[in-house]
Amino acid sequence: MTDPILDVADLSVRYPGATAPAVRNVSFTLGRERLGVVGESGSGKSTLGRALMRLMPAADITARRMQFEEVDLLAARERQMLKLRGRRMSMILQDPKFSLNPIRRCGDQIAEAYRTHFRCSKAQAHDKAVEMLDAVQIREPERVYRLYPHEVSGGMGQRVMIAMMLLTDPDLVIADEPTSALDVTVRLQVLRILDDLVREKGIGLIMISHDLNLVRNFCDRVLIMYAGRVVETLKARDLDRAQHPYTRGLLAAQPRIAGDRGDLPVLQRDPAWEQEARP
Amino acid sequence: MLLDRRRTNALVGQGASILVTLFGLLILTFVIGRIMPNDPVRAIVGEDATREVYDRVYQQLGLGRPVWEQFLLYIRDVATLDFGTSVRTGQPVLTDILRVLPATIELATFAILFGALVGVPLGVLAAVNKDRWQDHVIRVFSLMGHSMPIFWTGMIGLLVFYAWLGWVGGSGRMDQFYIGLVPERTNFLLIDSLLARQWDVFASALNHILLPASLLGYSSSAYITRMTRSFMLDQINQEYITTARVKGLSTRQTIWRHAFGNIRVQLVTIVALAYGALLEGAVLIETVFAWPGFGSYLTANLLIGDMNAVMTCVLVVGVIFIALNVLSDILYRVFDPRTRA
Repeated sequence: MTDPILDVADLSVRYPGATAPAVRNVSFTLGRERLGVVGESGSGKSTLGRALMRLMPAADITARRMQFEEVDLLAARERQMLKLRGRRMSMILQDPKFSLNPIRRCGDQIAEAYRTHFRCSKAQAHDKAVEMLDAVQIREPERVYRLYPHEVSGGMGQRVMIAMMLLTDPDLVIADEPTSALDVTVRLQVLRILDDLVREKGIGLIMISHDLNLVRNFCDRVLIMYAGRVVETLKARDLDRAQHPYTRGLLAAQPRIAGDRGDLPVLQRDPAWEQEARP
Repeated sequence: MLLDRRRTNALVGQGASILVTLFGLLILTFVIGRIMPNDPVRAIVGEDATREVYDRVYQQLGLGRPVWEQFLLYIRDVATLDFGTSVRTGQPVLTDILRVLPATIELATFAILFGALVGVPLGVLAAVNKDRWQDHVIRVFSLMGHSMPIFWTGMIGLLVFYAWLGWVGGSGRMDQFYIGLVPERTNFLLIDSLLARQWDVFASALNHILLPASLLGYSSSAYITRMTRSFMLDQINQEYITTARVKGLSTRQTIWRHAFGNIRVQLVTIVALAYGALLEGAVLIETVFAWPGFGSYLTANLLIGDMNAVMTCVLVVGVIFIALNVLSDILYRVFDPRTRA
C-alpha cells in the first residue's frame, strides 16, 4: 500500500466520566481503498470515526500515531482542523432526516461546504452544488437545490448529503452507517452512487456499518470491532474464512434466504474477547 | 392555484380564531364587570345619594335590562370604541388609555429590546460553554435578575445611578421642566419630541427611560437567558450540527448560522410572552419611577372599583396578547419553512 492516507496506531478514546474507554488501542492504515468497520452497537465504530475527525472536544483521545497524510491529527490545532474538515476529510452521517438543517435549502447547505473552503462568488458555489447534485444522479438539480430537507425523500436526502461531503474532493470520507436509515429499495442505489464517486475520485473510504453483506460487497478490507477493540482485520473477500470466534458468530447468525430455515445460532460471548491481545 | 387556496384558507382560519378569541374576551370582561363585588352605581353617586338618584343612575347604566341585552349593548359600545367614562379621572376611558398605554409601550419596548439583546447572547454563550465558568457566571447573573424584586432594584438603581452618579434622569418620563412643552400627538414621548424637533426633551426622555427600562429588561433577560440556553442545548446535540462541523465550520459559525436559526421560532414565542407580561405588569416599576403608565392606571382603578376602566384595561391586555400571538404566528412562517402551507 503506497502513500497511506491515514495511519493510526494504538488509538484510544475515553468519554469524560466513563469507566472504560469506548475505543481501545485501535491500529490500522488506510490507502486509497475502501475499508469497512463492522461491529455491533456500542462497539466503538462511530466513536472511532468521530475521533478521527476530532469532533469530540470533551473526549480524551490518545494514540501512538494518528497521521492524516502530512498532518499529525494528535497535535493539530483546531484552526488547522477547520481547514481539514470538509475540505480534505469529511463524513456522511446516518439519517438525512436529522443530519440536514431543517430550515435551510438543500442546495444552500451543499454550496456552503464549498464556500467554506474556496474563495468564490455565491453564483459559482451555486453552480458547483447543482453540478454535484447532478453527479449524485438527482434528475432536476435546480429544483432540488431549492427544496427544504422535509420536502425530499430519505434516499434523495442522503444523496444531498453525499453531494455535500464529496463536493470538495476530499481524500478521506468516513461514511457512518450511510444507508441504515434508508428503505431497502433505495439502499443499493445510494451505495452505488457513493461507490462510483469514491472510485472515480480515488477517495479513501471508511465505511462504518453493522451490515456484513454490505461491507463484503462494497469494501476491500474489513475491521471487525468488539468492545472498542479491533478483533480481526480481513480482506473483504476472505470474510467467510474469518478466524475470530466473534466474527464467525456474526456470520453464523445471519439469516439465509435459501436452504435451511432452522433457528439461527445465538452469539456465545466470551469475556476473553475483550482482553486478548490484538491478532 | 391549490397553494393559493390553501393559503387563503389558512388566513380565513386564523381570522376566525381571532374573532372567536375576541368574542370570548368580551364575554370575560363583561362577566368581570358584573361579578365585581362592588356597586358601580354607588361608585358614581356616592355613599349618601337618595334612592331616586340611585335608581336613575341604575337605569342610565342599563343595569335594569336583561343580561343578554346588556351584553349586546356592551358589544355595540366596544365596537364603536365607546368604553364609558372613568369615575376616578372623570375622563372617557379611551382618552385615559391612549394617554397611559403609550408610556407603558415605550417603557416595555425598550425593556424587551434590552432583555432580548442581553438575554439571547448570554443564553447562547451559556449553552456553548455548558458547565464551564461562563455558564456559572451567567447562571448567577440571571438568577439575580430573577430573584431581586423589581421595586427594590428600582430604588437601589435610583439611588446609585441617579442620586450618586447622576448618570440618568430620576423618576417621571422627563425632567419636570419640560412637562407640557411637547405637543401631544402620539403620546409616545420619544416620538412626539422628535416630531416637534425638541431635541433636549428627547434627550431628557431618553435619559429617564434608560434606568427603568434596563432594570425591567434585566429581570426579563433572566428568563430569556434561561430559555435560550435550554433551547440552544437541544439544538447543539442535533445531528445537523455535527454535519455543519464536519463541513469545517467553526463553533461560532455553526452556532449562529445553523443552530440559531432553529431556535428563532421558540425565541419569538417567549420574547413575545415576556413583552406581553411587561405591557400589563410593569406596575411596580411604574410606581417606583412615578411612570404614568398602564400598570399604575389599572391598579389604581382596580382598587376603587372603577368598573368601566377595569373592564377596558382587561380588554386591552387581551387584545395585546392576541396581537402578539398573531405577530408570532407570522414570524413562525417567516422563520420556519416547515410551517409554510
